[in-house]
Amino acid sequence: MKFSLQINEGPYQHQAADSAIQFTKAALAKGHEIFRVFFYHDGVNNATRLAIPPQDDRNITAEWVALQKEHNLDLVVCIAAAQRRGLIDEDEMTRQGKDANNISEGFRISGLGQLIEAGIEADRLIVFGA
Amino acid sequence: MAKKFMYINRKAPYGTVYALESLEVVLIGAAFDQDVSLAFIGDGVYQLTKGQNTKAIGQKNFSPVYMALGDYDVNKIYVEKESLEERGLSLEDLQHLVWEDEDNDYEEKDSIRLVSRAELTDVLDEQEVILSF
Amino acid sequence: MALLHTVNKSPFESNTFDACLGLAKSGSTVLLIEDGVYAATTGNSVADKIKNAAGINFCVLGPDLQARGVEEKLAEGIKVVDYEGFVDLVAEHDAVQAWL
Repeated sequence: MKFSLQINEGPYQHQAADSAIQFTKAALAKGHEIFRVFFYHDGVNNATRLAIPPQDDRNITAEWVALQKEHNLDLVVCIAAAQRRGLIDEDEMTRQGKDANNISEGFRISGLGQLIEAGIEADRLIVFGA
Repeated sequence: MAKKFMYINRKAPYGTVYALESLEVVLIGAAFDQDVSLAFIGDGVYQLTKGQNTKAIGQKNFSPVYMALGDYDVNKIYVEKESLEERGLSLEDLQHLVWEDEDNDYEEKDSIRLVSRAELTDVLDEQEVILSF
Repeated sequence: MALLHTVNKSPFESNTFDACLGLAKSGSTVLLIEDGVYAATTGNSVADKIKNAAGINFCVLGPDLQARGVEEKLAEGIKVVDYEGFVDLVAEHDAVQAWL
């Protein structure tokens, strides 16, 4: 079966991202397909490559990236929500004239239409939030 | 084939960003020609109140956008009766949301469907994609 | 048609659990996750709500129960699932409503 996930909260503050990662791993282990993971609201903060959690804590962004690499996941960060919160990739950095970017490899920035499409194309949409 | 999309709104506006950002999804989603419904439950009903004035809190007043939803063919707006009553509100306290029925000489029709909790239970049960914020 | 409802908040901190029960149809399933798992424990002031919710299946995410040290206090009639069980529940139901 094809699943899409919507993540509404950033890492660490809430358990939402952790639950979503565990769900994703279990779904893939059972042979399901993850059509897309869409990061919205503060969920866009999952995509920063600049977070430095303590060594004995989990690194949520790194876990997403590892899953992305292994399963070719489509990790999509909402551009409007990301721009509000200072999450930008290299292209946006150039386009907006900013002096830095912070989106990790493995994530891509796109519009809200990708969330709607995720709902249309997948058999189930599951929302994780606070 | 169009899927039944339901947007569940359970949070009050301004205190958190959820109401505004879910409205943004609804507007974008309207371009996808799906069978869209919105439900306002619990504190979500506060999103629809008349007379919002955000000047002094430094935020944009996005309540006029709800009035425009009819133009986007978003015209199934379910408001839970019990949620209104628990909050001392009635339909009179909400903005009058309408849409124009192209198939009926552009007759203006109400978008808000005041439904009981039991009726809303049945509406939710029919949905295929439920977005919650 | 049947929905899977997820509840992730403690019933003592928020009315989310009540809101879910108010709109969960007979035949649907409520899965308690994250802080929502506290609703699945015995001897608390919301236990009767689960007992009295006829026709609704209750499940709880075991890993979240264990993390919070309340696995021993699980109320009767609530099925414990792991993340793979969560995935199965999503697949078995027609749609998922997350009560955030």
